[in-house]
Amino acid sequence: MSAPTVSFDREGAAPVASLQGDWTLQELEGRIDALRAALDTSEARAAAHWDLTGIARIDSLGACLLWRIWGDRLPSTLDAGEHTLAMLGSASVLGARSRVAPPRASPFDSLAALGLAGLSFARRIGDLVALIGQLLLDLLHIARRPQESPLREISANLYKTGVSALPITALVGFLIGVVLSYLSALQLKTFGADVFIINILGIGIVRELGPVLVAVLVAGRSGSAMTAQLGVMRVTEEIDALATMGVPRSLRLVLPKVLALVTALPLLVLWTSSAALFGGMVAASIQLDMSYGFFLDTLPRVVPIANLYIGLAKGVAFGLVIALVACHFGLSVKPNTESLSTNTTKSVVSAITCVILVDALFAIATRHIGLPGG
Amino acid sequence: MSAPVIDIRGLVTRFGTNVVHQDIDLSVAAGEVVALVGGSGSGKTTLLRQVIGLLQPDAGQIRVFGQPLFSGDALAERRLRQRFGVLFQQGALFSALNVFENIAFPLRELRWLDRATIRDLVMMKLAMVELEPRHAWLMPSELSGGMIKRVALARALSLEPELLLLDEPTAGLDPDRSAAFVSLIRTLRGQLGLTVVLVTHDIDTLTALATQVAVLGERRILAYGPLDHVMNVDHPFIQNFFASGRLQRTPDATVR
Repeated sequence: MSAPTVSFDREGAAPVASLQGDWTLQELEGRIDALRAALDTSEARAAAHWDLTGIARIDSLGACLLWRIWGDRLPSTLDAGEHTLAMLGSASVLGARSRVAPPRASPFDSLAALGLAGLSFARRIGDLVALIGQLLLDLLHIARRPQESPLREISANLYKTGVSALPITALVGFLIGVVLSYLSALQLKTFGADVFIINILGIGIVRELGPVLVAVLVAGRSGSAMTAQLGVMRVTEEIDALATMGVPRSLRLVLPKVLALVTALPLLVLWTSSAALFGGMVAASIQLDMSYGFFLDTLPRVVPIANLYIGLAKGVAFGLVIALVACHFGLSVKPNTESLSTNTTKSVVSAITCVILVDALFAIATRHIGLPGG
Repeated sequence: MSAPVIDIRGLVTRFGTNVVHQDIDLSVAAGEVVALVGGSGSGKTTLLRQVIGLLQPDAGQIRVFGQPLFSGDALAERRLRQRFGVLFQQGALFSALNVFENIAFPLRELRWLDRATIRDLVMMKLAMVELEPRHAWLMPSELSGGMIKRVALARALSLEPELLLLDEPTAGLDPDRSAAFVSLIRTLRGQLGLTVVLVTHDIDTLTALATQVAVLGERRILAYGPLDHVMNVDHPFIQNFFASGRLQRTPDATVR
């Protein structure tokens, strides 16, 4: 190991440049700028003869450095060992090659990007419709041959998306109920309208907050898991393996997820709404001295039963949306890590956005149902 | 430079109660190409991972370039690791980066090379592994198996290593590609003066590349030496291993 050095011999008519030492990545660290400066002088340019026999070792970096300093060619008179010459030879590819750059951006690129985004959105909608169609065909298939229904997968998904979500949804529901009740009670107290807390909590939670809260939680919890699972199965070619065994992927992978979520979500809505109402009831009894008996007695009288049905119907619709979006994004993962992570993110964001959109549709479609004075 | 590049002394590896290596001694001299062979589960890849420093042996010591792998000095360990390049079995290219960025990544991590030099170096490496400049902008998912190996080799070579470790370099390549890849490694080895350690199952790769063969089995090294010496060792596994290789090639020979 010795440091790379340059020296000039000015004895003869024309100066001779001689290089010594190791021109390697390790030895050049920290010295590259000084060497470049030493070699890029008028003296170096005038050098008639280059003596490289003193170079002990040279690698790509050393060869590349010299090649660039010589202006992409070998000097006319050069003394070098066999190994050094071979290395310089491999640097000679640089002249033509390094001008190759990634394709330049053109002014129409942004326009093209817009068009491509539109096309990919249209393709997504198309894929989603195809997925729904495939699911309907699968349902028909199962209706005809019930022995092929994926019962074990449905039950496993029901457990993963439903049962194991019970604690977290109950906790979130309870806390939201407490907060909502506490804040409303502060306002209602000033008007002496304490009793309306039951109307506010009842309609608000059963009709709106319960279903949306559960949908957001489940989209984050199960939607992302579904996308990641299908995505990884795609990356590792497990889905292709299933197909070669004659197992249709939609029947075995997508349908159970959709059916399980469509079943589990309304039940979770019921569960979370109950927890939220319980939280509200506890807060109301502390804040407004309202007895549990009075709360439970008044609730069915001020909240028409239609609100519960709307809430459950929302649960079914949200479950369908979340599962479809999650499966669609999972199946469209490309075999690389980047695609997996972006698709999982997209899946959760799209599922929550779709849930809010569907919720708005529900609000318009059911505006005359279940509301006092509606 | 007569000191061994890799020096393994009294290496012991256990997975639970299962002893994989028992007191293994092995030293690799500079400029050698050592092939590690052995049956499945004999711990070839484990040994390679220990030399790379991905696994810590349960007992014994591994010295690479005369320095211990786990010295406790983070900076020294890092500098040591920059002196060897590794080609993983599946290539292990970063799937989020294109070919150019994959090869440039270790160079950028040095943090003292300028952009233009990095670009020059990447283009030189690409030419070394016989890839076209236009391949530089492809993503790993767009590459064929042979190209993945080449790009991974270019990345392994990007820090100008003195020691190259190859895990099954020709697994998953067709015989034609595999022969081409082997000759590429041989050319580069001659050009760059590399010391190479490879794990392989393929007898053709072994005969074409290796100057020394180490046979792993029964938790130790059964034989170590030049190929003809190892082939004549009287041990059932070794005889079987080379016999099966010959058997594969006999139909070929009769056709000719």
